[in-house]
Amino acid sequence: MATLELAINEGIAAPPVQRARRLGPLFWMAIGWVALVFAVAILAPVLPMPSPTDMDMLERRAPFSPDHWLGTDGLGRDELARLIYGARISLVVGLCAPVIGLTIGGALGMLAGYFRGRFEALVVGSMDVLLAFPPLILALAVTAYLGQSILNLTLILGVLGIPAFMRVARASTLTLARREFVIAAEALGATHARILLRELLPNVMLPLLAFFLLGVAVTIVAEGALSFLGLGVPPPIASWGSMIGEGRESLDVAPRLAFIPAIAMFLTVLSFNLVGDTLRALTDPRQGAL
Amino acid sequence: MPGFVARRLLYLLPVLLAVSLMTFLIASLLPGDLAYVILGDQATPEKVEALRHDMGLDQPIWWRYLGWLGHVLEGDFGRSFRTGQTVLQAVAERLPVSFELMILAELIGLAIGVPLAIACAAKSGGALDRFMTSTAFGMLSVPTFLSAILLIYLFAVELRVLPATGYVPLAEDPSGNLRFFVLPALTLALAEWPGIMRVLRSDMIATLQEDYIALAKAKGLKPSRILFVHALKPSSLTLVTITGINIGRLIGGALIVETIFALPGIGRLLVGAIYTRDLIILQGVVLLVAAGFVLMNFIVDMLYAVLDPRIRHGHT
Repeated sequence: MATLELAINEGIAAPPVQRARRLGPLFWMAIGWVALVFAVAILAPVLPMPSPTDMDMLERRAPFSPDHWLGTDGLGRDELARLIYGARISLVVGLCAPVIGLTIGGALGMLAGYFRGRFEALVVGSMDVLLAFPPLILALAVTAYLGQSILNLTLILGVLGIPAFMRVARASTLTLARREFVIAAEALGATHARILLRELLPNVMLPLLAFFLLGVAVTIVAEGALSFLGLGVPPPIASWGSMIGEGRESLDVAPRLAFIPAIAMFLTVLSFNLVGDTLRALTDPRQGAL
Repeated sequence: MPGFVARRLLYLLPVLLAVSLMTFLIASLLPGDLAYVILGDQATPEKVEALRHDMGLDQPIWWRYLGWLGHVLEGDFGRSFRTGQTVLQAVAERLPVSFELMILAELIGLAIGVPLAIACAAKSGGALDRFMTSTAFGMLSVPTFLSAILLIYLFAVELRVLPATGYVPLAEDPSGNLRFFVLPALTLALAEWPGIMRVLRSDMIATLQEDYIALAKAKGLKPSRILFVHALKPSSLTLVTITGINIGRLIGGALIVETIFALPGIGRLLVGAIYTRDLIILQGVVLLVAAGFVLMNFIVDMLYAVLDPRIRHGHT
């Protein structure tokens, strides 16, 4: 049993090590940008900069200066501070929502792919109902009733991610459940719980984690879109989406107010997509050539 | 084929029923009582109670659902308590705008994506292919509202050649109508072409490695003929699939784009209903959009079955 598992683990682990040398500078730049965004977001309260919500009506749309490195917005608030606090919102919502999708969707997908039968039909059917709503429409409708808050936003975006994670987990489980190490574990009398947790979970986790990173990118975009429409995080909390929305009003006089948060959001989404896509290509043997 | 259609239709019914139930539950279980919304903050508890009774809000929830479903099946989706317009009137008035936007966007997306995919597949691994593949990947990270802002800045603020917001009906002024649609449709198309190009490109590269392509080459057929006739034709199935997958994103994208460019479509109706807390319109539009989405997916499935006999006969 132990030897069998070991041999298969080696077989799975070997190709990524070889390909890891070809990850390329872009991959590491993406990692670097994400690390930077994380660092400033975590350190935001202790960084020496003005408050993101203090208004200064005499300093509206001020240009770059030593006091305000990236100038001020239409209400005289420090643009850099808002950008950094906005990163906190993007990261908190962008990471927490896919965690909901990953845990619930991943668990449902594994159980459905392993036990099959009626349970699988029920899971797939209920996911079909969730998928019947265009995602943004459902997110808008639910936040409209629940009220705008970061928690509600995270919850609804998380629930919307469940079907996709369920599909990835189910597809991996379906193929893995027929593999020798699972059949061997069954033959040795392992319980369902043990097979699911010790044999299947470590293998399903890899594609799920790669998909998780792509989910982060999608969630950051969705949060941005809702906040841009004024239906995401409530003001005066700074979010990249709401900053772009506010900056849109002054495109003619100060386009940078829209473009600075836009660039931050683009780079972050691109980085998560790049890292996620690279890892997905590594974990998915069929896509290996891409 | 009829058996296949019947089976899919039979599956459609429970999904639509569940969709209606979910729409109703979102609107009913979540906080925000309709009676309060209609009467405003100044209402006395007695007044609210009376209105709740008049509207049947004090009935058990399953009873209200059945009543609502009954009305919906008769074609009565309720009417806005703000404008007095029925949900169906409001939707019918705005549907053409959303359809025009989505069709134009998909056409522009195909016009950019298909030629690029063919060019890239013809010389896969070449300079153009590598450049376009990375560009498409980068474009996938540009949210719709970002490209909207960029296009507005370029064409409406800097160059001043196209209007940023506004709308005239197609029947009144066709060319003016198109002018208002250029930027919104282009915005949506910028999100559509990368997906179209990526999928069609890899599909065509796979097709070009088939034996019958080698045979066509050996017969001495012109490369352009091989590319457009022999390689592109089998990929029509892929195009149908991509279009199907895109519909959901297109509807969401249309909502954002209509709001930004002030186009009076379904998306703007929905966002407007949220701003004014017009819950009846909201509930009706969400149900109609979801039902329409389910039906469109059904039609795509049918098209798929027409194009690929293996699917309707149950082979995969």
